[in-house]
Amino acid sequence: MRHLLRTPAGLAGTILVTLMVVLAVIGPPIWGAEAERINPAAILQGVSGEHLLGTDNLGRDILARVLVAGRLSLVLALLTTLIGAAAGVVLGALPSVLPRRGARLVTGTVNALVAFPSLLLAMFTAVISGLGAKGAVLGIGVALAPGFARLTQTLAASVASADYVAASRMLGVPRMRVMTRHILPNIAEPLILNLTQALGNALLALAGMSFLGLGVQPPSFDWGRLLFDGFGRIYDTPAVALGPAVAVALAGIGFNLLGDALARAAARGGAAVKAAPAGAAVPRQETEPDPEAVLEVRDLTVTFPGGVTPVRGLSLTIAPGEIVGLVGESGSGKSLTASAVGGLVPYPGEVTASRLRLCGSDLDDLTEQQRRKLLGTSLAMVFQDPMASLNPALRIGGQLAEVSTVHQGAGRAQAWERAVDRLDHVRIPEPARRARQHPHELSGGMRQRVVIAMGLMGTPRLIIADEPTTALDVTVQRQILRLLRQVTAETGAATLFISHDIAVVGELCHRVVVMYAGRVVEELPVEQLATGAAHPYTRALVASLPDMDTDRSLPLASIPGRQPAPAEVGSGCAFADRCELASDRCAELPPLVPYGKAHRVACWEAS
Amino acid sequence: MIIKNLTVRFGAFTAVDDVTLEIPPGAIVGLVGESGSGKSTLAKAVTGLVPYRGEITGADPRRIQMVFQNPYASLDPRMTVGASVGEGLRLPRAERRAEVERLLSLVSLPAALAGRYPRELSGGMRQRVAVARALGARPELLVADEITSALDVSVQGAVLNLVRSLREELGLSMLFISHNLAVVRYVSDVVAVMHQGRLVETGPTEEVVGAPRHDYTRSLLEAVPRLGRTS
Repeated sequence: MRHLLRTPAGLAGTILVTLMVVLAVIGPPIWGAEAERINPAAILQGVSGEHLLGTDNLGRDILARVLVAGRLSLVLALLTTLIGAAAGVVLGALPSVLPRRGARLVTGTVNALVAFPSLLLAMFTAVISGLGAKGAVLGIGVALAPGFARLTQTLAASVASADYVAASRMLGVPRMRVMTRHILPNIAEPLILNLTQALGNALLALAGMSFLGLGVQPPSFDWGRLLFDGFGRIYDTPAVALGPAVAVALAGIGFNLLGDALARAAARGGAAVKAAPAGAAVPRQETEPDPEAVLEVRDLTVTFPGGVTPVRGLSLTIAPGEIVGLVGESGSGKSLTASAVGGLVPYPGEVTASRLRLCGSDLDDLTEQQRRKLLGTSLAMVFQDPMASLNPALRIGGQLAEVSTVHQGAGRAQAWERAVDRLDHVRIPEPARRARQHPHELSGGMRQRVVIAMGLMGTPRLIIADEPTTALDVTVQRQILRLLRQVTAETGAATLFISHDIAVVGELCHRVVVMYAGRVVEELPVEQLATGAAHPYTRALVASLPDMDTDRSLPLASIPGRQPAPAEVGSGCAFADRCELASDRCAELPPLVPYGKAHRVACWEAS
Repeated sequence: MIIKNLTVRFGAFTAVDDVTLEIPPGAIVGLVGESGSGKSTLAKAVTGLVPYRGEITGADPRRIQMVFQNPYASLDPRMTVGASVGEGLRLPRAERRAEVERLLSLVSLPAALAGRYPRELSGGMRQRVAVARALGARPELLVADEITSALDVSVQGAVLNLVRSLREELGLSMLFISHNLAVVRYVSDVVAVMHQGRLVETGPTEEVVGAPRHDYTRSLLEAVPRLGRTS
C-alpha cells in the first residue's frame, strides 16, 4: 500500500477513486432531493451563483444531478465489470478443465471474440436485450469478457505447466480440483489488478452508451445521460455538458491510474538496475599495498538497505597467473563479491572497502571515465549464462569487434580480423564462418567460448568467471576448464573462479577461498582441500560430496540446518548452530588467522 | 517393471530411440546422460506425461510417481506443506492428518512442518516434502529426475541418504536420473547410460563405473571433476 502512494500516479489514482467512492455513498442522501426538485421558474438557466452548472429543461440543478449520478454510474460500472470478469474467467478457465476437443472449441471461440470489434459486440447485445440500463450493462459486460478470457487463458496456461500441477495430476487429482486449488489461486492477483482498470473502461463505455441514448433512460440518470441531455446546449451554456464530462473523465482516469499503479506495485522487484558507486566510508588501510597483486581487496562489504549485508569484510589477493577459487553455497555472497569488483552491484546496494586495487590503481582514486576504461580493457567477466553477455540480435564477430573499436580505437576491418583471430584462439572451428553467425546458432559450450574470446579482445589482467560451467554438460565443462587454465597461463592474468561445486574448484584452482554467510571462513592451497581442511564447514562440504571413490555402504555426511540469510547473520560465528565443534567462544566472531603455510582459517576450535 | 522398445518422437525429432530397460523390484536404476540425451523425456514417458510408442509392463501406471528437479517450482506456493502432501490422499479428514504425519516422518521431517508454507523451507526440506507427497500414492516406482541438481552440496547429501533409506526400508523401486555420475554411482544398483536418445550401456554399477565398455561411458567418466586432480 505504501508503494502505491509513493508514485504521483498511484497517489492521484488512489485519491480520485476514494473521492468517487465517497461521492457514491454520500451523494444521493445529501443532494438527492435537490437533484429531483422541479422548478418551473428556473428552466434552462446558465451558470449562476445559485446554480453553479446551470439548470436543465425542468429547472433542476445540474451540479446536484452530477453529484447524485455518481452512485448509479459507479454501480452500473461495477456490475458490468463483474459480468465481464465472471464470463471471461469461466471461458478462459474452461480449456484447462475440458477434454482436448472441447478445449480447442472454447479457445477458438475466445480467439474469434477477441478479434471481433468490442463496440459492435456491445451494441449488438444491448439492442437485443432491450434499450436501457440493463441492455447497456449486459452489452458492455459481454464486450469485456473476451479480454478477460484471453488473460485468464494465458495465465492459466503458464501455471498449468508448473511442476506442482504435473505432480498433482500424477497423484490423480481431478482437473476441476486442480483448477480450483492450484490454478485459480495462483492467477488471482493479476486478474484482480486487471479488474480495476476494466472498471475504469466500463465506466467510460457506459457513459458512451448513455450518451448515444442506448443506456440509462429517464427518469433515471447517470453521467452519460446528463451529458446527452446537456449536449444540445453545449454552444450557449458549455458548463451543463462539461460538468458530467469532467466527472466521467476524472473517474475513468482515477481507476486506470490506480490499476496501473497496483500492477506496477505487484511487479516491483523487476525494478531498474543501476550500478552503485563504490563508497569510501571505511577508512583507507594504512599498510602498503601489495605491488605484485593484480587484484587486492581489503574489508569489502556490500550492504543493502534494511541492514542486509551479504558480503562482510572480505579480503582477497590474487597474483598474476594464479587461479583462485571462491566456493560457497547459494546466498554465501560469492557472486556479489565478483559484482563489487566489477562495479556491477545492483542499486540500492552499497559497496565499501578499505582497499580495492586493480592492476596497481586504487579504483576509488580514479574518475568515472578512467575506471570504466580500466575495467573495460583489463577485466574479463564470464557468467553462468553466456546468453546474458551476448546480444541475440547481433553477429558474434561484430560483438567481439566492438570491444576493440570502443576501447582500443581500432578500425572496423582490423577489429573484425582480431575477433576472428580470438575465436580461433579459443578453438572455435571455422572461426571466420562462426563470426558471421548469431549466438542462437551456437551450442552452450561454444557460446561460453565466445564470451571468453570476448574477454581476450583486450589484454585481460583479471578474469572473473562466475559459475561459467554450471549450465554445461560435464564433457563440455572439462573443455571450458582447460581453456580457462590455458588462457590464464598465456596471458598471465589473475583468475577468480566462482563456483558452488567444490570438486570443480578443486580440479581447476591453485588456491581456494571458502565463503559462508558473507565471510571468508577458510583460505587454503588446493592440495590441502581433500584432506587438510581445518574449518568444520569446509570439511563437511568435502565430506558431503560424493565422488567416484565414495564408500557406497556408508551414509553421506550432511550438515543439519541451513545457512542464515544475509539479514539473519549474528555477531558470532555464523556456522556455530550447524557445527559439531561449537562452544561458548563461538558467540564471538573468530578472526581469519594463519594456520600453517599459505593457509588461513576463521574458527576458534580448529586445531 | 520393464520398459520395452520405447520411442518418443516430437515431429521429426526422435528424443528417445528404442529404449529397453528393466527396473527390478526394490532396485535403484540410475540413468545418466548429458542434456539432450533424452533422459528426462524417458522419465516423462514412464510417468505418462508424454505419449510414446512401445510397452511398459509390470507396473500400474497410477502407481508411478515422480519427484521433480526444482523443489522451488514443484510445490504450490499457496498451499501448506500438509495440504500438498495430503493432496492425493483419499482419506477422511482425521485419518488424513495422521497419514500426512506418517509421510513426513518417512522423509525425516517433523510433523509440525505440516502447517508451514514452502517459502519458509530450505531447498533440501522442500525436496523431502515433494518425496513425501509422492510416497502418499504408495508408488510401485518412483522416478527422481535430477532431484539434487538444484540443491546446495551441504543438503544434497541428506537427500541422497533419504533415497537410499527409502529403498532399504520400503523396498521402493526407483528410476534415478542425473547428469552427475558420482551421484548416480553412489545411490544406484544398476547404471544405464543414455546418449542421443539411445541407451549405450547398462549394467551393475561397479561394472559400468569400474570397467566401462562403451566409449561414451568412458568419456563421461573421464570428465567427472575430482578434488585435487589436475588435468
